[in-house]
Amino acid sequence: MTIAAKEAIGAAAVLRIYRCCLRIRRFEEKVAQLFKKGLLPGFVHLYIGEEAVAAGVGAALRADDHIVSTHRGHGHVIAKGGDLNRMMAELFGKATGYCKGKGGSMHIADFSIGVLGACGIVGGGIPIALGAALSSATRGTDQVAATFFGDGAANEGSFHESLNLASVMSLPVLFVCENNHYGEFTPAAEAMNVADVADRAAGYGIPGVVVDGTDPLAVHLAAADAVQRGRRGEGPTLIEAKTHRGDHAEGEKAFLAGQPYRDEQELERAAAGDPIEKLTADIAALGLFEADVLEEIDREAVAAVEEAVEFAQNSPDPGPEALMEDRWASG
Amino acid sequence: MPPKTYIAAIREALGEEMGHDERVLLIGEDVRLGVFAGTRGLHREFGPGRVINTPISELAVAGMGVGAAVTGLRPVVDLMFGTFLYLAMDQIANQAGCMRYMFGGQAKVPIVFMAQNGGGLGAGPHHSQPMHPLFMNMPLIKVVAPSNPYDAKGLLKAAVRDDDPVVFLSQLSLGGQRADVPDEEYTIPIGVGDLKRAGADVTVCSAGLTVHRALEAASSLAEDGIDAEVIDLRTLKPWDEAMVLESVAKTGRFVAVDESYPTCGAASEWAATVAEKAFGDLRGPVQRVSNRPVPIPFSPVLESQTIPAAADVVDAVRRTMARG
Ligand SMILES: Cc1ncc(C[n+]2csc(CCOP(=O)(O)OP(=O)(O)O)c2C)c(N)n1
Ligand SMILES: [Mg+2]
Repeated sequence: MTIAAKEAIGAAAVLRIYRCCLRIRRFEEKVAQLFKKGLLPGFVHLYIGEEAVAAGVGAALRADDHIVSTHRGHGHVIAKGGDLNRMMAELFGKATGYCKGKGGSMHIADFSIGVLGACGIVGGGIPIALGAALSSATRGTDQVAATFFGDGAANEGSFHESLNLASVMSLPVLFVCENNHYGEFTPAAEAMNVADVADRAAGYGIPGVVVDGTDPLAVHLAAADAVQRGRRGEGPTLIEAKTHRGDHAEGEKAFLAGQPYRDEQELERAAAGDPIEKLTADIAALGLFEADVLEEIDREAVAAVEEAVEFAQNSPDPGPEALMEDRWASG
Repeated sequence: MPPKTYIAAIREALGEEMGHDERVLLIGEDVRLGVFAGTRGLHREFGPGRVINTPISELAVAGMGVGAAVTGLRPVVDLMFGTFLYLAMDQIANQAGCMRYMFGGQAKVPIVFMAQNGGGLGAGPHHSQPMHPLFMNMPLIKVVAPSNPYDAKGLLKAAVRDDDPVVFLSQLSLGGQRADVPDEEYTIPIGVGDLKRAGADVTVCSAGLTVHRALEAASSLAEDGIDAEVIDLRTLKPWDEAMVLESVAKTGRFVAVDESYPTCGAASEWAATVAEKAFGDLRGPVQRVSNRPVPIPFSPVLESQTIPAAADVVDAVRRTMARG
């Protein structure tokens, strides 16, 4: 994508995207350290390398739009405006966490900002976005719903059923496929016989676009288009963002006992495709901000993450009464 | 006998069965690298035709297994976490679980669905729910749940050789356990329980992870002079009713301990059977120790309160001892 095409985005949105990328990166780097120290229970899947997708899509959404997230969901929540303190506390399983410690890394939700939840079941969140879109259509609003999922999830029945259903109902859904080329330890190339997940959109009669998922501004432009289609009542769009992740889950090198599964070329492409470096270069090319502005944003991100860790570590564990709370809405 | 882990025992069982029956295939997501290591190395040994690494498509994978089973193969379908079996449910419940009967005995469905069951991992609801009662409730599905490495090997081999659908539930929370497992071949018959500890005062019946909690409880009860008999059912369906009833005839008291929910849980099934068939032997009320009725929470502090602990078993034993 040419730099000229990115000029239309505007300084405020670019700054928002940059800030979001940095918050995600610094948050995830800290989570990696905490996990290594054995401070976080359960499984943790990091979003490092994929920041462009959440940040680019997030900046195209309004506060009242909905998103549905995945097991690799920290970035999505941050992009929708999630509170780092409550996120970090949830990762520690503390009472002050977003889900009072009942969900953990794979289940962060903040309904007050339209985050309908991360999901530990691959593909489990996709149809839920259809319901959120149906809900706004029924109420007569122009809200849209975005659902994130991986290349691996695109092989689940829920993906195929959801694309078709959203298509025939013309629901305002953004299907955002984060194609990081692996589902756990299996290469996508082995799990599907199409080069692009986006090709599958044609089979359901909806637009499918491929975008460089390591380029925050390119993702943003594609998402903004899809959001406009949705708001105009023109139905769903499948956006496939080609991106790269680090490890599948923290600690994987130990449990794989050194068995390799990624090819060298892909690792090189991953290293070369740092979204924050690309965005920094774009910002310079667009002549938008000086380096000190960006440095200040980074410092803010680092400080916010430090504060989040302190908040989480100083928070209490859930008390015994919490176990049986939050069961029935009907009392 | 060399000590082996639970996971190693599973790998050994699969390797042996694949080694002497080329109809046995292993199918599933990341079985090549082996997410839980129970399938690790088999790909190298048997190649991609026998160890089939699939896309993330539980329903199709399970259904492919069913189709292969009714046409002469003996697939082991590894679905990783038990909760992912929900995605494969139609193929397990409506297809594998009905085909033979529904088609008037024409079909034989020798398939094993393998998964890690239950909590204790700090992994949150989507990876920790107990699944076994669902399958116990399907009339023509067998369910096994070994509590230790020795049983894991013997039961998995029996499951692979069984001509009917078997859900084989391992538990990662037992993964680090080591026990003596013979290098030689052996099977443990499906449907036969194991008397873990003989006792005169109360029968404590369990399977899987909670067997260990029951044994822990029995040791602490012994200090107070209460002599508990502990049964590890090993197979949840068909379960060893005879062993349980015989034990209750001797002890006159029954405590069912299970890592699932009280409503229609495994403990409920055992308790109902004892109440129905051993009423005359009972000297105290039948007790159940089950999960608290909530999705398994992430916080380890909450999770440990959700799943039966040894102290819960002790309490239940005291309740039934207090009366009669
Ligand atoms: C239904 C289901 N099947 C399998 C898993 C185990 N699992 C967790 S993450 C993952 C890989 C998902 O790949 P992808 O959708 O590409 O997302 P990525 O991890 O690459 O972001 C798998 C198989 C799961 N959580 N849920
Ligand atoms: Mg992926």
